[in-house]
Amino acid sequence: MTEQQALYKYCLRLGDNALIQSYRLSEWCSNAPILEEDLALTNFALDMTGRAQALLSYAGKLDGNNKTDDDLAYKRGERDFYNLLITEQPNGGFAHTIARLLYTSTFEYFFYTELLHSADATLAAIAAKTIKEIKYHKAHATDWVLRLGDGTEESHYRMQQGIDSLWMFTGEMFETGEADALLRDKNIAVDLGAVKSKWQASIAAVLAEATLALPKDEYMQTGSLQGVHTEYLGHILTEMQYLQRAYPEAIW
Amino acid sequence: MELVEKVGTIQEEHLKSFEEKIERGDAIEPRDHMPESYRKHLMRQMSQHAHSEVIGMQPEGNWITRAPSLRAKQILLAKIQDEGGHGLYLYSAAETLGITRTEMIEQLHSGKAKYSNIFNYPALTWADIGAIGWLVDGAAIVNQVSLQRTSYGPYSRAMVRICKEESFHQRQGYEIMANMMKGTKDQQAMAQDAMNRWWWPSLMMFGPHDSESPHTGDAFKWKIKRASNDELRQKFIDKTVQQAEVIGLTIPDADLKWNEAKNCYDHGAINWEEFHRVIAGNGPCNKQRMAHHKKVHAEGAWVREAAEAYRLKKGQ
Ligand SMILES: [Fe+2]
Ligand SMILES: [Fe+2]
Ligand SMILES: [Fe+2]
Repeated sequence: MTEQQALYKYCLRLGDNALIQSYRLSEWCSNAPILEEDLALTNFALDMTGRAQALLSYAGKLDGNNKTDDDLAYKRGERDFYNLLITEQPNGGFAHTIARLLYTSTFEYFFYTELLHSADATLAAIAAKTIKEIKYHKAHATDWVLRLGDGTEESHYRMQQGIDSLWMFTGEMFETGEADALLRDKNIAVDLGAVKSKWQASIAAVLAEATLALPKDEYMQTGSLQGVHTEYLGHILTEMQYLQRAYPEAIW
Repeated sequence: MELVEKVGTIQEEHLKSFEEKIERGDAIEPRDHMPESYRKHLMRQMSQHAHSEVIGMQPEGNWITRAPSLRAKQILLAKIQDEGGHGLYLYSAAETLGITRTEMIEQLHSGKAKYSNIFNYPALTWADIGAIGWLVDGAAIVNQVSLQRTSYGPYSRAMVRICKEESFHQRQGYEIMANMMKGTKDQQAMAQDAMNRWWWPSLMMFGPHDSESPHTGDAFKWKIKRASNDELRQKFIDKTVQQAEVIGLTIPDADLKWNEAKNCYDHGAINWEEFHRVIAGNGPCNKQRMAHHKKVHAEGAWVREAAEAYRLKKGQ
């Protein structure tokens, strides 16, 4: 693996995380419990689509085949996607979506804070733009976890369920592969070990304040670093890529 | 008897000062005295407008996950958020009349309050997203520009703010149609099909012919309504026909022709049977739209309750 190939894969992983999570959040359109929340969740989807666009455009340049952000988003198959499994899980109820947003936005907050210092100027610039949005996503998720955790008996129960059922997908966030090792040496990639301890401390503190129990470390499901996904991703791509696949000659 | 007479005199004075304000063209503000029927008319119209913004999110939301490019997805997401924002803004403006958002939503669910009939039509292909932006927002703008001069202050200010965004939507919708007309045969056919399905319902958005429309008298006298249904419809047709021609779309009206003497287009007969049928609840999506809104509202009850419980607990 060359440095360029490693960077390509690194950008795809970050871009795919943003793209697939944005897909899931955008499904909340006209489905949220209050209008304000409908706007907030789809606004996060918009932020993430923008981030995906920046990262996939950059990946397209590194690939050397003149691929565009849209080529990479709409013409890749499921085994070539590297998003974390947690991002593709169905929304479930509102508490479930909020649990996911707490896990991912807290991860992204510490991750992109580190990426600000990347030796790769493009990644550092993308991080600088996206970190402001992520701060807001994290604050919003934290706020809802507190309200639902410490709201009513029912909301407490639902929130705890969301927190518990997604826990098995959080281990993967800190998994590293060949690309990470190579890019760490060049000070391009983020040190996931450092992110992990900050993430754990932050999540533990929020859950404690929300009167929720921290799940126990049990089996952690992985696979996305090798492009091995859950069955849900295929359905997302089927829907997302439909027009590009059905009308390959068309420009939209 | 004396007291009754006194109250009667005060009411007469209030009505007189209200009518003078309207006459001078001053805005009526929430604290001003207004006849009960003026308030009722506005409540009905503004809540209907707010509900329309919100229900309109459904047909467009139907295409977010299938938007054909990252750029298209961003534009659509932003557009739908604008519409939701218009809904919020209009709900607040309507609340100045002494009704809560919760009550307005109850009225929507009971069928007492309506929303724009246009959203009872389905968004079937990606070209519909273009057609909705171009034609539906285009028609809404014509109406809303005239409402910028409506007599109720909060409503008029809402319209000024909203119109700026609506004209973006209209341009973005038109751009989708223009791109498709420059594209493959399949895309052109898709665009023309959307045009064929959305043209007539868009004309119906302006309501019945002036000769047929109820409520018009008071609404004009009080300067709530500033232009008639037919005047507004004509404006929309005249600006849109040319836009269609530029990109090669055909207007699905064999009787449409330029009237030199009147300096505007004459159009064919509108299918009022369809209009009344859809308004009465028998359009392609009436049941779907309302069932969806009710279901989401009911499913979200526990979240709203939790937020309220937390607020009380924390003394916020
Ligand atoms: Fe709007
Ligand atoms: Fe509108
Ligand atoms: Fe609009």
